[in-house]
Amino acid sequence: MPDTRAEKATFGSLMAIIFAIAMAFVGISIGVGSPSGGMSFHGWCLAATAAASIYFILSHMAQDDGAPSPLSSSDAVNYHDAPIRFATIAAIFWGIAGFVVGDIIAWQLAFPALNFDLPWTSFGRLRPLHTSAVIFAFGGNVLIGTSFYVVQRTCKARLAGLWSPWFVVVGYNLFILIAGTGYLLGITDGKEYAEPVWYADLFLTMVWVVYLLVFLATLWKRKEPHIYVANWFYLSFIVTVAMLHVVNNLAVPVSIWEPKSYIVFAGVQDAMTQWWYGHNAVGFFLTAGFLGIMYYFIPKRVERPVYSYRLSIVHFWSLIFLYIWAGPHHLHYTALPEWTQTLGMAFSIMLWKPSWGGMINGLMTLSGAWDKLRTDPVVRLLVVSVAFYGMSTFEGPVMSIKAVNSLSHYTDWTIGHVHSGALGWVAMVSFGAIYCLVPWLWKRKALYSIRLVEWHFWVSTIGILLYITSMWVSGIMQGLMWRAYDKLGFLSYSFVETVEAMHPYYIIRATGGLLFILGSLIMAYNIWRTIRGDESRDAAEQPRVAAAPELRLNPAE
Amino acid sequence: MTYDTVATFSQVSSLLLFIALFLAVIIYVLMPTTKEKLERAQRSALDLDTPNSYEDER
Repeated sequence: MPDTRAEKATFGSLMAIIFAIAMAFVGISIGVGSPSGGMSFHGWCLAATAAASIYFILSHMAQDDGAPSPLSSSDAVNYHDAPIRFATIAAIFWGIAGFVVGDIIAWQLAFPALNFDLPWTSFGRLRPLHTSAVIFAFGGNVLIGTSFYVVQRTCKARLAGLWSPWFVVVGYNLFILIAGTGYLLGITDGKEYAEPVWYADLFLTMVWVVYLLVFLATLWKRKEPHIYVANWFYLSFIVTVAMLHVVNNLAVPVSIWEPKSYIVFAGVQDAMTQWWYGHNAVGFFLTAGFLGIMYYFIPKRVERPVYSYRLSIVHFWSLIFLYIWAGPHHLHYTALPEWTQTLGMAFSIMLWKPSWGGMINGLMTLSGAWDKLRTDPVVRLLVVSVAFYGMSTFEGPVMSIKAVNSLSHYTDWTIGHVHSGALGWVAMVSFGAIYCLVPWLWKRKALYSIRLVEWHFWVSTIGILLYITSMWVSGIMQGLMWRAYDKLGFLSYSFVETVEAMHPYYIIRATGGLLFILGSLIMAYNIWRTIRGDESRDAAEQPRVAAAPELRLNPAE
Repeated sequence: MTYDTVATFSQVSSLLLFIALFLAVIIYVLMPTTKEKLERAQRSALDLDTPNSYEDER
């Protein structure tokens, strides 16, 4: 058995190479064996990634065995940050890609000719590409990157493993590539937010189990006795997503060489499983994980502890107990039993309390430091995201009430609601975390330009407001037109009249999306200049926490 | 045993279980020893030596 640190590192690298060779063989077999063009392409993608990984491992294996740097003090931890840098850049890339695809389909809804009558650019294929790119590719890379950063810093321990964290980030992005190109080629399971087909699902399960093990092993070797609350939220996100993903994708493939499979559930049970998954993707992927970001990055950026740490514990347990039951509100007035619909509605309404408890805890962390909201646009991104979180978690329970849902369901109101959460909360808190992380990870004294952050903030916020207000008007109008009767009991409007009436709002929405993309391009430019190491243009206007921890001045100096 | 009996049993027992778990969390965080321990723990985990505004008011 290997016993010295160097031997252990070499042994680990060998295991990683053996695993990559096995993956390359699987990829080549699928590439050669599958009669399906798309699946064969995915096999070659796997083989190429495995081959590149082998080259990367061989060229880097001797460089970092996890030993503390001789230059740092003896108790300093040699943090494993390279996979986090990869995930951060991947998040920005996928974010912009996902926003652009979203805006293309928004313009397609206003001007249908923009799908160019091609199968690959039809709304039906681009829409899952958009949702997967923004939720799983952008959001997922932010979550994996920040969770690896936060767990190391709050545990004062190096990330477990040398190549396992690399497998998590590279494997996850390969999964995204396979899923996304699959949609364009017409390969899909057709389940909303769970479109990837069985082999992509299996590969993601492998990646996710390694992610869980890396996270748990890092917690296990922590030097800090207490497990900080952000890690609880991250852990609940990892565990729950594993459970949801596996159960909702239980399927039998027609052949190991074909992408087509049949789900084991049927009828209303299938629908219920799908929305148990779907709503908890919102609850645990888009909420619990990003609350982990809130509980680390807001206190760190404003240099104050959480408003009430006790409230954060009540917040955590009540949120995870309640969220898991809210799914049936997606199936009001369907074949689902009445009591299940009522249960979903009741739990959704109860969710007001943990959601708002968490929002208050995040916002009040600024108490005594509210001036930072004016002076630091990164704080503003983080705090406004929490405000949007409060707004969309107020709106959600309202829409889960059956009487309201009878108006809102299947209309654009739902789309507006989702985007107030996704753009306002998830994306804004992610942007805030990225602006914090990049100088910290690349050891820079400041961001390239805080004024560009200011521009990003305002352009995005105006974009979001255009988006959600136009969808409120369009959605409620649509719902009212569908249910309008004349005095003889005939429907007042044909379907196409409702589509015509929504046209101006579709243009406003797509314009809002365009502004949001513009903001993200400003961010990409700023981050690129920061990473490149260009001299900051306005370092004096940035708070001391903008700098990497080792480059910060003490408050007394 | 009818469907209604099972449904009622599961609904009432899970209601009581949820209330008990919630009370357990509330009791845990409100215990005076917990408060001090947690406030210290979070500052240490976050490497913050600044005082907590919430605590200062007390």
